Amino acid sequence: MWKWLHPYAKPEASFRLAGAFVPWFTALAVLCLSVGTVWGLLFAPSDYQQGDSFRIIYVHVPAAILSMGAYLTMAIAGFIALVWQIKQSEIFVAAVAPIGAGFTFIALLTGAAWGKPMWGTWWVWDARLTSELILLFLYLGVIALYNAFDDKALAGRSASILSLVGVINLPIIHYSVEWWNTLHQGASITKFAKPSIDSAMLWPLLLNIVGFGAFLGALSLVRFRTELLKREQRRPWVRQLLLGTGEA
Amino acid sequence: MQFDSFSDFVAMGGYGFYVWLSFGCTLLTLGAVVVDSIFKRQALTRSITQLKAKQDRMLAAREVKERL
Repeated sequence: MWKWLHPYAKPEASFRLAGAFVPWFTALAVLCLSVGTVWGLLFAPSDYQQGDSFRIIYVHVPAAILSMGAYLTMAIAGFIALVWQIKQSEIFVAAVAPIGAGFTFIALLTGAAWGKPMWGTWWVWDARLTSELILLFLYLGVIALYNAFDDKALAGRSASILSLVGVINLPIIHYSVEWWNTLHQGASITKFAKPSIDSAMLWPLLLNIVGFGAFLGALSLVRFRTELLKREQRRPWVRQLLLGTGEA
Repeated sequence: MQFDSFSDFVAMGGYGFYVWLSFGCTLLTLGAVVVDSIFKRQALTRSITQLKAKQDRMLAAREVKERL
C-alpha cells in the first residue's frame, strides 16, 4: 500500500518533491498573512475590555500555536529518524528548529508587549510564560547540538533525541493555564467547546494561523533542501544539479 | 473599517506603541528567518562551485606535471 512512497527515500527525489511544494506554501503564506493581518488590524471590531490592544492576538496566538506545532513536527521527524534511520528526517529536524525558535521568540515578545498594558508587567515567572521560555531553550539546544558535531549522522541522531525528550514540555505548556494559577488567560479556540471569541474576530485569526503554518511549511522545505544539498555535496546528482556536469 | 483616520489607526486607541512593537518585531523576526534561509542556500551553492573549480585546477596542474 505504501510502496509508492519508497522512491522518495532517494535524496534526489525528496529534494525535487520538497521543491515542488515550496511555491504553493509560499503563495498560501503570503495570501493568508496579508489578508489576515489587514483584516485583523483594520476591520476586526475592537475588544470591549481590551480596546485595540487585543489586535496583538493576530500575531501572538498564531506564533504561539505554531511554536508548539513546529516542535511536534520536529519531534515526529526526530522519532522517524531514530526508528527508521531515514537521513532526510534528521535533516528535517535541523531545518524546522530555527523557524520554531523564531515563532517562540515572537510569541514571547508579543506576549510581553501585550502583558505590559493589560497585566501591568512585561514578564512574570508563571507556568505558561516559563514553559514557553523553556521551549525556546529546547529549540536553541537542538540547533546548537546539530551544529556541534562535524559528523552529521551523529549530529542528526543527537538532535533527534533531544527533540523527542523535549516533547514532555508541550502538554505542560498547553495545560499550564489550567494546572496552575496564572495571569495568562485560558484557551479560546484550542478546546472542544465552541470558541469563546466572536467570529468577526476569529476569521482573521484563523487566516493568520494558516499563514504561519504555510510559512513554516515553505521555509522548512527551503532549509531542508539546502541542508540535503550540503550533506550530499560530493554526490554526482548535486554536482550535476549545481554545475551542470555529471563528472565529479 | 474600524478607524476614522490614519492617525487614529496609528494610535490604536492609545495602545499604538504595544501593537506596533508586536507587529514590527514579528515582521523583523520572520524576515530574518527568510533572509537567513535564502542566504544559506546561496552560500552553499557558492562553496560547492568554488570547490569544483579548485578540483579542476588541481586536475589540470597534475596533467601539466605528467606531461613534463
